[in-house]
Amino acid sequence: MQSAAPPNDSPICDFAPRDGEAHIQVRGLTMAYGNFVLQRDLNFTINRGDIFVIMGGSGSGKSTLLNHLLGLNPPAKGQVLFEGHSLWDATPEERDLILRRVGVLYQSGALWSSMTLEENIALPLGEYTNLSERQIRELVGFKLALVGLSGFEDYFPSQISGGMRKRAGLARAMALDPEILFFDEPSAGLDPITAKRLDDLILDLRATLGATVVVVTHELDSIFAIGTNSVFLDIERRTQTALGDPKRLRDECPDPTVHSFLTRGRETIEAAQ
Amino acid sequence: MVTAADAQLEISRPTPETLLIRLAGPWVLRRDLPDLIDAVERHAPRGAVRRIAVDATRLETWDSMLIAELRRLKTMCAAGGVEIDFAALPDGARRLIDLATATSERPPQRRSQGRHGFRVAVGVEVIRAVRSVGDMVGFLGETIQALVAAVRGHARFRWVDLLQVMQEHGPAALPIVGLVNFLVGMIIAFIGAIQLERFAAEIYVANLVGVGVVREMGPMMTAIILAGRTSAAFAAQLGTMQVNEEISAFRTMGIPPMQFLVLPRVIALVLMVPLLTVYADVIGIFGGAVVSLVKLHLSLTLFYQQLVGALSMIDWIGGLIKAAVFGVIIVLSGCLRGMQASRSASAVGYAATSAVVTGIVFIIATDAVFTIIYIVLGI
Ligand SMILES: Nc1ncnc2c1ncn2[C@@H]1O[C@H](COP(=O)(O)OP(=O)(O)O)[C@@H](O)[C@H]1O
Ligand SMILES: [Mg+2]
Repeated sequence: MQSAAPPNDSPICDFAPRDGEAHIQVRGLTMAYGNFVLQRDLNFTINRGDIFVIMGGSGSGKSTLLNHLLGLNPPAKGQVLFEGHSLWDATPEERDLILRRVGVLYQSGALWSSMTLEENIALPLGEYTNLSERQIRELVGFKLALVGLSGFEDYFPSQISGGMRKRAGLARAMALDPEILFFDEPSAGLDPITAKRLDDLILDLRATLGATVVVVTHELDSIFAIGTNSVFLDIERRTQTALGDPKRLRDECPDPTVHSFLTRGRETIEAAQ
Repeated sequence: MVTAADAQLEISRPTPETLLIRLAGPWVLRRDLPDLIDAVERHAPRGAVRRIAVDATRLETWDSMLIAELRRLKTMCAAGGVEIDFAALPDGARRLIDLATATSERPPQRRSQGRHGFRVAVGVEVIRAVRSVGDMVGFLGETIQALVAAVRGHARFRWVDLLQVMQEHGPAALPIVGLVNFLVGMIIAFIGAIQLERFAAEIYVANLVGVGVVREMGPMMTAIILAGRTSAAFAAQLGTMQVNEEISAFRTMGIPPMQFLVLPRVIALVLMVPLLTVYADVIGIFGGAVVSLVKLHLSLTLFYQQLVGALSMIDWIGGLIKAAVFGVIIVLSGCLRGMQASRSASAVGYAATSAVVTGIVFIIATDAVFTIIYIVLGI
């Protein structure tokens, strides 16, 4: 690092949009496991309808941040506000009510291995709605068709490929028409075509269902194709160093770490040559 | 839930060939929605209608539920050769329907998993049992090959692994092995005491306990406990490695898993099971002695003298040879089932269960074989 670190509470590149309706607000958040502080002083807002990308190197705390946004991890300091309400201070009932409107796609798909795809998707529908069996069957068929898995209702997760598992996980995450969808590295381990298809699907879902999407990813293609807003977690400085539209960050952000992340270190390599 | 009005469905027939579906109100995830498909089928007897149009001007809110229903309708129409017109639907809804009817990949043909009758089930089980004997023997062969390589000094494994397995599956098992064998010794003494009292031959309780524990119960109970403890653990360890493709990684790097993973475990248990068995024998006999003292008022000295006369070195050696063989069985059943695990998360649990069952069955069967051999040899 050539220059002295700026004060922690102001990111180096702040291109965050100034308007929009806040869906999730992160206020002065410090994340820690015991004494090990991962990130401090995170401040950003995810607006309704955003496709918000959480970027950062491996181990910078992206998955941990996702857990904080979901109210699964307690903030060491600061707050996460979901439509203005602190998730962590909510009663368990209130939290359930909020989480019901949230869908999560975990890194590995996290399908329940002892259930067929149909049962995986039908379970949340049966838990949270009073739909009839016919309606549930139709919905399951529709969600599977959306992710291109029509006809796989009776398959077990172990009988389909990794990319298909991920798509089935997406179908399950969308079971209850969530207002906000979280993805942890959706395209990791997928071939480029499947990854592209997943990106298109995310765009379509946002356009049609009006959902807010929060994605953890390192795939530059994905980041630029879908991201409308982002935060960059710097692993060295342990805080956010950039906010805003990833394309604009790539073109205008002077911070070397952010720049090298968003150009895959191309310029650093060119400079070295 | 706040609802201005309920979802409504109105179907009319402007011309004999067209059906007009009017949707009104909120069509969202709720049970009391009208059944669209059912209504259409009632209004449109097969073959009469050529075209269906949907009017959504009075539709208020909608979500996946509406799309799911319309998608079914579209599939039905496609199958019946009926033209369907979604032009009046909101943009988003139309795009979602298109997205959901875009091509899915086709599920591959699957083997039928039909249910079979009782006789087939019995046959399948018998074949499985025979095959598992074959598997164990084959696995034993591979282990011996690995052992030969080890003796020649070619084998690759880490001594740390050996020591760690010895620690985890030897001393760590002392409490449970001790407890169970103490109880077994007591039980033998109790049962014996009741019978022998009738002949005023109480002193022979020492013979009964000594021979029973050293030749049979000590080795067998110890082995069965370890089958539950150690086989299951090995199966879970190797099963997890199989799921994570760690075993394939060994193979591709030219490190034989038999040498690296199985051999240290075999060596460790061939050493530890006889040692644990000696300990189990002593504790078991002590349990018997306690019962003799309390119930028959046989002093410990007397018990000891009788015991020394009753047990020969051959009894001890016979028991310990069995224990060493049981040790091999415990490792092989655990490692075999672990390596056979398939690549799914549930496979690990299945491997552990299956290892314990295989281990116990083989231990008891081998014990029977040993008993016959010892009788024939007059030991
Ligand atoms: N449950 C946990 N307990 C303690 N440390 C953890 C836990 N989960 C993750 N970590 C640590 O936190 C750091 C960030 O992890 P993670 O949020 O998974 O990073 P990322 O998803 O950005 O790769 C890592 O160094 C990891 O070791
Ligand atoms: Mg992660």
